[in-house]
Amino acid sequence: MNKTVTFRIWRGNSQGGEFVNYTTEITEGLVVLDVVHKIQATQANDIACRWNCKAGKCGSCSAEVNGVPKLMCMTRMDTLNTDKVITVEPMRAFPLIRDLVTDVSWNFRVKTKIKKFKPRPADAPDGTWRMQQEDVDRVQEFRKCIECFLCQDVCHVLRDHHKHDEFIGPRFLAYTAALEMHPLDTEDRLPELKQAQGIGLCNIGKCCTNVCPEHIAITDNAIIPLKERVVDEFYDPLAWIWKKIRPKG
Amino acid sequence: MATNYETHEYDVLVIGAGGAGLRAAIEASAAGVKVGLICKSLLGKAHTVMAEGGMAAAMGNVDDRDSWKVHFADTMRGGQYVNNWRMAELHAKEAPARVHELEAWGAVFDRTKEGKISQRNFGGHRYPRLAHVGDRTGLELIRTLQDHGIHQGITVHMEYTVVSLLKESGRVVGAFGYDRERARFRVFKAKAVVVCTGGLGRAYAVTSNSWEGTGDGVSLAYHAGAELLDMEFIQFHPTGMIWPPSVKGILVTESVRGEGGVLRNKDGKRFMYDDIPDNYKSQTSTDPEEGWRYTQNDKEAKRPPELLTRDHVARCIMREVKAGRGSPHGGVFLDISWIKEKIPNHAEHIKKKIPSMYHQFMQLANLDITKEPMEIGPTTHYAMGGIRVDGDTQATNVPGLFAAGECAAGLHGANRLGGNSLSDLLVFGKRAGEYAAKFAKENSLVAPSEAEIEAAYREAVEPFERPAGAQNEGPYQVQYDLQNMMQANVGIVRLQNEMELALDVIGKLKARAAKVSVQGHREYNPGWHTAIDLKHLLTVAEAITMASLDRKESRGGHFREDFPEKHPDGGKYNNVISKSTDGSMKLRREAIPAMREDLKQVIEEMK
Repeated sequence: MNKTVTFRIWRGNSQGGEFVNYTTEITEGLVVLDVVHKIQATQANDIACRWNCKAGKCGSCSAEVNGVPKLMCMTRMDTLNTDKVITVEPMRAFPLIRDLVTDVSWNFRVKTKIKKFKPRPADAPDGTWRMQQEDVDRVQEFRKCIECFLCQDVCHVLRDHHKHDEFIGPRFLAYTAALEMHPLDTEDRLPELKQAQGIGLCNIGKCCTNVCPEHIAITDNAIIPLKERVVDEFYDPLAWIWKKIRPKG
Repeated sequence: MATNYETHEYDVLVIGAGGAGLRAAIEASAAGVKVGLICKSLLGKAHTVMAEGGMAAAMGNVDDRDSWKVHFADTMRGGQYVNNWRMAELHAKEAPARVHELEAWGAVFDRTKEGKISQRNFGGHRYPRLAHVGDRTGLELIRTLQDHGIHQGITVHMEYTVVSLLKESGRVVGAFGYDRERARFRVFKAKAVVVCTGGLGRAYAVTSNSWEGTGDGVSLAYHAGAELLDMEFIQFHPTGMIWPPSVKGILVTESVRGEGGVLRNKDGKRFMYDDIPDNYKSQTSTDPEEGWRYTQNDKEAKRPPELLTRDHVARCIMREVKAGRGSPHGGVFLDISWIKEKIPNHAEHIKKKIPSMYHQFMQLANLDITKEPMEIGPTTHYAMGGIRVDGDTQATNVPGLFAAGECAAGLHGANRLGGNSLSDLLVFGKRAGEYAAKFAKENSLVAPSEAEIEAAYREAVEPFERPAGAQNEGPYQVQYDLQNMMQANVGIVRLQNEMELALDVIGKLKARAAKVSVQGHREYNPGWHTAIDLKHLLTVAEAITMASLDRKESRGGHFREDFPEKHPDGGKYNNVISKSTDGSMKLRREAIPAMREDLKQVIEEMK
């Protein structure tokens, strides 16, 4: 069942660019990344696009397909209307490097500012810990994250309001949640969450959850519980009075 | 005229940021030296993320009969005794500490009922031994190392590629490369260099490896004078996806079989029962019921034949296909849905145990593995061979050059056991980092020669200077032709005349590669990157073919249809490949050093 399709791909760099149409033939079972690769190999050797595993495990090939943030390697052609032109463009929340490749280095800088894991002393004399599966289940959900940054791309605080200096975005709220909810962790990250990391800017629109290719319930399971912790810590009047009367230590 | 390049100076430069590279960088940094880490992709995207099943470490959490001795014996048996036995010993002894260390850095493994790290069954491992996180253990490993490593003062260069190692007076003193984003050339000066570049599966058409797996490190080291070991031993993983065509080669984890999945031919027959090798007969069950109990952690049960070593399972699959008993798209069936007979809520059970396999098939093949069998076939997965290293220090024969992980050779012999790769990365990544830091402290920085840098630069930019046209083709066709040729002639079943033909074709492809032309500018230009990688692919393809021609027997991942049996002498030597002074590739056999008496005894005890 060969079929001819037209891809409208963004070509350009930080100086500007334009959409260019490429028409090619496709066979059964292809994904969007296959078609981009085919165009790259046969019509435009220099189309820039990131990819690695081609199995939805590394989170490299993030792009916007017909306006929706997706992994190109996991977007099957038979889920798209191939009678119409298919638009493939780079993530719009990050500066463009070239074609489909964006500068996502901001994400890597943000992560270094989040306090690292700090475990409690070992539980057993041999230096190991004991944890029950049900206690690690919720942390394991966040640790499925493949760092594709689609959640960052779709988050309006970053995408539309460009608050990259005030807000760490859903990816790093989920990352912080994984640390905060880790049964062994002893660090306190709530003051930063409230201040420099801007958790209050999230208005729980759930756009991040909707685009997550790993189906992590970022809003419900990570962001809302963190917001509650911040509220309990800083805004609960009873807790505030209690802390005044009985200061720590 | 000398061109100006941006220069970076490090005590230890680590090339490659998968599990081994990250672990080496962390260790070197902990030793107090200045460390640079080069990533071909973004940090945390390396092929390590694709490791699914787990990491083997004899912690004995699930079965306390396990010990380093059993793990050592299993690794040697799986490798058909051509392994570097010192590496197999160190690996078995040190893997548990490396796993515990990961937990201290934040890794969250699946748990036993007692709250310890859970361990699962895998092919060739006598006891449940693989620490795991569902079927995404590699992601957990690389993310843990990444999140720990970014706080250790390591300088990370993301999306950089090294095109040449730089030498001075016989010692490796740095590397020459470029950044993808702006394509600026860089000179890295380093007292010690650790190569951790992973695999070379892209030399074949059907592979589980990503675009990065082009054998860069093996080729860089070879051209810098390092010896390569046992290049003929390539692991063809028995279960790769085969349908639809675009996903051909993508890995289907061995955990599917570890959790009870069975292999059947088109007649519904579990063909693995037909051929159980002698040295595994005592450990393998001939009763399906017992095999099932084994996968459910019954300590008294023996393993089902689906969990024999990968080389053997892959060949059995090929035999079924060749005999006309294969599946519609040229593979066989892997079925986990049958466990509905055994487990009441089997669909949930499968989604919990192997979630990413469920999603992979649902999304890419539109197939629900809780209801239907998968179609699978062998895929080029792993290079047992690679850069020859010292077992204790991971030093190569070239001073200043170290190697660890898949690009290094020795631990796995003729066939790697599943789960032994992630532990390999940790154990020998750490050792490489430690000894590279030691070397750096004992040696000073030496400036590479300008002439050598200029030569590397010329070679890298040449493809842009050749005009496109009838004389000069683009790089992709040469790459495809090489991959298809290797798949056909030096693949899972090998023959003398086919491999002789392959050597001849490689010569012709080299001539074509020397003429490829690339258009556009250098910034983030994948056509150019492909042109540069061609040299590495051709180097490793030649080495694989040369070593495979020389080994006239079948052993582990190397199967010769013209010599289908093991030769008694085959277990006594390794093939060593090096570059002659005239630039040609040469091969010699070297006797395997006699095993220490205490280790011999361990092997006897475990028979």
